[in-house]
Amino acid sequence: MENFMMVLTVFVLAIFVGFEVITKVPPILHTPLMSGSNAISGITIIGAIISAGTKQTEVTMYLGLIAVIFATINVVGGFMVTHRMLEMFKRKD
Amino acid sequence: MTLSKEFVDLAYLVASVLFIYGLKGLSHPRTAVRGNLLGALGMLIAIVVTLFEGDIVDYRTIFIGFVIGGAIGAILAIKIKMTAMPQLVGLYNGFGGGASVLVAGAALLEVLSKAQAGDAASAALLNNPEFTISTAASGIIGAVTFWGSLVAFGKLQGLVTEKPVRYTGEQIVKILILAGALFFAYMIVVRPEITTNYWYMVAIASVLGVLLVVPIGGADMPVVIALLNSYSGLAAAATGFVLMNNVLIIAGSLVGASGVILTNIMCKAMNRSLLNVLFGGFGEVQETEKEGDIYAGKVKATSPEEVAMLLESARRVVIVPGYGMAVAQAQHAVRDLFNLLESKGVTVEFAIHPVAGRMPGHMNVLLAEADIPYDKLKEMDEINPQMEQVDVAIVLGANDVVNPLAKTDPNSPIAGMPIIEVDKAKTVVVIKRSLSPGFAGIPNPLFAMDNTLMLFGDGKQMVQEIINALKEG
Repeated sequence: MENFMMVLTVFVLAIFVGFEVITKVPPILHTPLMSGSNAISGITIIGAIISAGTKQTEVTMYLGLIAVIFATINVVGGFMVTHRMLEMFKRKD
Repeated sequence: MTLSKEFVDLAYLVASVLFIYGLKGLSHPRTAVRGNLLGALGMLIAIVVTLFEGDIVDYRTIFIGFVIGGAIGAILAIKIKMTAMPQLVGLYNGFGGGASVLVAGAALLEVLSKAQAGDAASAALLNNPEFTISTAASGIIGAVTFWGSLVAFGKLQGLVTEKPVRYTGEQIVKILILAGALFFAYMIVVRPEITTNYWYMVAIASVLGVLLVVPIGGADMPVVIALLNSYSGLAAAATGFVLMNNVLIIAGSLVGASGVILTNIMCKAMNRSLLNVLFGGFGEVQETEKEGDIYAGKVKATSPEEVAMLLESARRVVIVPGYGMAVAQAQHAVRDLFNLLESKGVTVEFAIHPVAGRMPGHMNVLLAEADIPYDKLKEMDEINPQMEQVDVAIVLGANDVVNPLAKTDPNSPIAGMPIIEVDKAKTVVVIKRSLSPGFAGIPNPLFAMDNTLMLFGDGKQMVQEIINALKEG
């Protein structure tokens, strides 16, 4: 229970931090914001690595493998495409 | 090498801070590239310490996953055209949600197998509703995100009809399906040892994801994509609760908050509530009665040569792009027109409506790709007060977002929606194939106004012809 309250606290406070930070993003950067935040939501990759690597059962290993693939697409693709877009905005600076 | 739990947690904290710094960097185009790299660095740190965490026994599976996923992700990111960015972001949202479903499912199976092997802590965890409810939440949100995103991708890619698909009893069907998913979620909590319940729940939530997005029309996609973005974050946060892992929770809630903010901005820009977008049946076939009366004898067609003459004598020009510009791939032709006019001493700016295009910020990315400096991209609220000083406003592939009915007709489906007030400019040139209505399905009185000229034709070709006429003249 104590543990749960701790992570719940982190969750609620992080949402407030998110609102504060994201409100300051100007509309011209909304597309890179979406793709970039998307890449960050690929953080599930950590759970996927653990499932794929601990080999608790064969089924969880395969679930982990697919999850690693999905999350890696998200992380690699998300950060790369965001970088590509942001370079276009920077170019004329 | 095995890292201590304290070290791993500390590294996760560093990663979380880097994510926040990274998003903070996105508050200005100058700092944005660095911000994104900081976010990527945070992710790299989190991944590396996880690999050296004690429990990992087999690296082969993980690296196979890295190679396959990394290759797909990189190819998509490099090859994708900027006009197709909404589809890509939609797809990425889906993969995030899908990963959450699988990780939460695997976690449930692992805990069960450890408990059956006699591990007391795992047995206790299995009977802890905090764990099982988080697992169920992760499965439902993740499955809705995955399938909803695939449908959104299909719609944007033209594989599924962009038109809203509506049927009688639609809302009741969705509520019943949600109830079904919640029933199996309840079963997971009370009988966690029957893991098939988890997959039944995921299957039902998948149907729900499809049914939630299928009824939504193409021009409402910015809202849907933003909302699914938020779901993908919430799914990651829910998975964080399953694994009791702070970095997942922090990253997930940052993304969740970001999606909610964008969804809100999109809804406000259409003067509609989220409920109305999701369940309202906007964009259905509507009577276009008075169209004849509105347009009859009042619409003036023009030629590229005439527009070129207008632009020659203008001092200030505003271009209002819409989804039509993306469809016609006209952004590079627009850039040429921009450069030509600026070289002649004409001030040219772009007025961007928040919902122009198929995702938040879509038009900005297209124009940035075409090398338009970002300080020339003006927000609606910034440009509207100056509209009266504009000599020529060129509407390119936009319709509903410049429809004055939003201000004048309280019964119109777009009543109260903020618009870019091009009608206040001295002359308006609308480049459009025909007088057909936009997504809202209503006629646009702008086309019949005294100061409006219609240039009928393909966006890219017409802009090209205006450029040619300017060069000759």
